[in-house]
Amino acid sequence: MISVSLTINGIEKTAEVDERTLLVDFLREDMGLTGTHVGCNTSQCGACTVHADGLQIKACTMLIGEADGANITTIEGMAAPDGSLSAIQAAFQEHHGLQCGFCTPGMVMSAAALLRENPKPTEAEVRHHLEGNICRCTGYHNIIKAVLAASGQDVSAIAAE
Amino acid sequence: MYGFEFQRPQTLADAIDALAQEDAQALGGGQTLIPTLKARLAMPSTLVSLSAVPEIKGICMGDDGAMCVGGGTTHAAVAKDGGAYPALADLAGNIGDPAVRNRGTLGGSLANNDPSACYPSAVLASGATIVTDRRSIEADDFFQGMFATDLEEGELITEVRFPIPQAASYQKFIQPASRFALVGVFVAKFADGVRVAVTGASEEGVFRWSDAEQALTQSFDASALDALTVGSDGMIADLHGDAAYRAHLVKVLTLRAIKAMSGQ
Repeated sequence: MISVSLTINGIEKTAEVDERTLLVDFLREDMGLTGTHVGCNTSQCGACTVHADGLQIKACTMLIGEADGANITTIEGMAAPDGSLSAIQAAFQEHHGLQCGFCTPGMVMSAAALLRENPKPTEAEVRHHLEGNICRCTGYHNIIKAVLAASGQDVSAIAAE
Repeated sequence: MYGFEFQRPQTLADAIDALAQEDAQALGGGQTLIPTLKARLAMPSTLVSLSAVPEIKGICMGDDGAMCVGGGTTHAAVAKDGGAYPALADLAGNIGDPAVRNRGTLGGSLANNDPSACYPSAVLASGATIVTDRRSIEADDFFQGMFATDLEEGELITEVRFPIPQAASYQKFIQPASRFALVGVFVAKFADGVRVAVTGASEEGVFRWSDAEQALTQSFDASALDALTVGSDGMIADLHGDAAYRAHLVKVLTLRAIKAMSGQ
């Protein structure tokens, strides 16, 4: 067992955990933050994407010992305390950027990292950035549209396809 | 995963000491090692995380004009701060996806020497020097076949020194599911000659295409490759592409690199 201290969505947490614990399992099972999803558990699908010290990472491919001292943000940290959605979440809702919703937490966290670095990305930049986030429902078009809309760009001319 | 002890040294000296333990394994970004542990394909007694070792992170310029990249530097950091060697920064910015680039490290990629990884081609084509905690290794001596390197037990890559070519380009034919290279070719043109390194193609891992190097050193033009072909013996064959397809791609990508470099 190892002792870890980390900040999750602004709240400091300390725990004794098995060395083999993955960050995603710690978040879901020990912290009860089940918004972060496990899709493939082989670092391919991106459903478990969270931010560690401001950088997006796959929580299924980070050991809890590596997160000691880190500042973690999950999808639960995106909406305001009163439940009102962030701009990215609202855009996903407005532009139907989800169907089953399983990939959505990872998509939103990945998009948030993109828009922090690049506030007005092109469509090609959005598609390149989301390469590590797999969606099996939407065909991606509305996800791209939602991210562009969240960046404040006019998407009225983009067809749903 | 099998059980292991987890250590996270805060200095290079402590990391070296920790790696001297029996069956200790260095943990870089973990983007290959953690899936390997999950699959129970590795059973280290101690996992030594390098993520808190500041001495092996970052990029600087050496007195000899080489770009020095710490072994613990992430792909994202090379993409962002490696502008002194644009082809290398471009390569780093197209490894995997953003989350992988935020964790994966140069040293980890080289120590693993995946036959389809991008970085080994850049290191070999650049004639880079791999610096460890105990010696310097030339790129031509470092790579020793699929997943095999010249590294000894517990030896740690602290830095890689890249001589900066006059012009260079990395062309990757992406395997879209894994985003590894189905085949990747790195061409680097120096004052004293051209080096061409190929990843993703050979069952022996990264290799230099010496016929192309000689032809391009004599005449740096696409036509210099007209008479050359790459044999399919020893090429990787899988459901994504057979051996002949990969052999063909080596020349196609080399030509694309030459075209990309013509404007540099």
